[in-house]
Amino acid sequence: MSSSKTPQPVKAQYLALTFDSEAILARFEHAANWQERYREIMLLGKTLPTLDDALRVEQAQVRGCESSAWLYHINIEGKNYYLADSDARIVKGLIALLLAMTHGQSAQTIAALDINAYFDKLGLTGQLSPSRTNGLFALAAAIKSAAE
Amino acid sequence: MDVNLLREQFPALAQTLGDYPLCYLDTAATSQKPKQVLDAMANYYQYDNANVHRAAHQLSTRATISYEAVRDSVQAFIHAQRREEIIFTHGTTLGINMIAHGLSQQVKKGDVILVDTAAHHANIVPWQMLAKRTGALIKPIPLDDQLRIDNKAYLQLLKEQPVIVALCHVSNVLGTVNPVKQMVAQAKAVGAITVIDGAQAIAHMDVDVQQINCDFYLFSGHKMYGPTGVGILFGRYQQLDKLDPLLTGGEMITSVSFDNTVFNILPNRLEAGTPPISEVIGLGEAINFIKALPKTETQAREAELLSYLQVSLRSLGDITLYGAHDDNLGAVAFNLADEHHQDVGILLDQQGVAVRCGHHCAMPLMQSLNIKGCCRASIGVYTSVEDIDRFIDALKSVKELLL
Repeated sequence: MSSSKTPQPVKAQYLALTFDSEAILARFEHAANWQERYREIMLLGKTLPTLDDALRVEQAQVRGCESSAWLYHINIEGKNYYLADSDARIVKGLIALLLAMTHGQSAQTIAALDINAYFDKLGLTGQLSPSRTNGLFALAAAIKSAAE
Repeated sequence: MDVNLLREQFPALAQTLGDYPLCYLDTAATSQKPKQVLDAMANYYQYDNANVHRAAHQLSTRATISYEAVRDSVQAFIHAQRREEIIFTHGTTLGINMIAHGLSQQVKKGDVILVDTAAHHANIVPWQMLAKRTGALIKPIPLDDQLRIDNKAYLQLLKEQPVIVALCHVSNVLGTVNPVKQMVAQAKAVGAITVIDGAQAIAHMDVDVQQINCDFYLFSGHKMYGPTGVGILFGRYQQLDKLDPLLTGGEMITSVSFDNTVFNILPNRLEAGTPPISEVIGLGEAINFIKALPKTETQAREAELLSYLQVSLRSLGDITLYGAHDDNLGAVAFNLADEHHQDVGILLDQQGVAVRCGHHCAMPLMQSLNIKGCCRASIGVYTSVEDIDRFIDALKSVKELLL
């Protein structure tokens, strides 16, 4: 994702993320309509840290997103942690959903994740498409490949 | 003409997305297709399927007759002088690449190529590649503060005696219309070859290449109620005849030995390989569809709809419109407050509203507007007042969620 010459996030930034995909699922189950689901998505996005401009560099940028999105990855004792940001609010929220699933997981678990099924479960069917419409497909692929 | 009757001819418009009926405001990206176009294409595959120009059998004869009849139809549609001036391509992009490649021998180091700032990437990048090959210079034609071509600056640039002037007829992002007739005359006065990307014009206005007097004019089938994968490169015979073919092989050849190859005459010389036969036939039917429309009425109705779209967007508040003029065609570009265009697009999509959000393959225009991107709502002959009302309602919900 990034070369050693560019500024890197500190370890604590990765670990600061505390997500629980179970809790997210519960919150989405209570969302009555798309407006509520997207409110939840944006709230979730807000819990992600905003990356400094110094970290919003091309090397960390995920290609295939209409909005700009940056992704950092670290492996600590076989567990994978990510830091990501986007300049679009909903995309950032959708990224948070991806991170909730993958935070602190092993490479095997991440490789086996069925992200489409997860998004379907959240009532967000059709969000993952191999185009730049929202770039989630590219982000999911980048998250998986970083863990390999 | 009853728009509901017209809409019945477009099967795709009748669908629902989740709880919402489709509200299709992305015609500038690609138009929906009427049933007669779909039927014509299916009919070719079902009954006439054969390659054109080659075989001695009846199916091929039928296919060739249908295919070549469309050339005549396109010639009449845009008032070309000769049928050989109509070259079938895979789309506008291929056509522009064919010209830019084909002119390589005619462009030399230091030559100036003028390109419309509002041009689609397909009318920028091929010229850049040509400039790289030849040492020519690309200069953008600036826009004024109304986001129209800055004619003063254009005249100034023409003093540099450009060899090529590449324009769009209608901006794919803004919907602004360039005064191409005047601009071509000005360019011709200094001896430039004129190339006009008409992709966004062809479905909304009458195009007469004699009147415009350009050297080249290009458009795509899929933006004029026809299929994807087919487009037209119109060129004046003498200009087309001088183009080096980009693609070689197949019917573009008269004789081949390992020592030499003799190319065929126009139009075959520029139609290498098996052409998009069913798509050409579909394009012919799209022209029939357009010709059958009550022209004055539909053009007036589209103008009213676009104006209604602009007025409705303005009255919504917190909306920035870009280059929205009364005489624009087809599209309105906008942003909602400081919100990211993609967020707006995703939330509109949740309500069955299809618009384009992004840089619209016109990054230099985005740079000159100092924005990352924008949303674009675009209309077609089948767009209804209800479509626009639904779009505005949906945008209200987006506003409530985001602001």
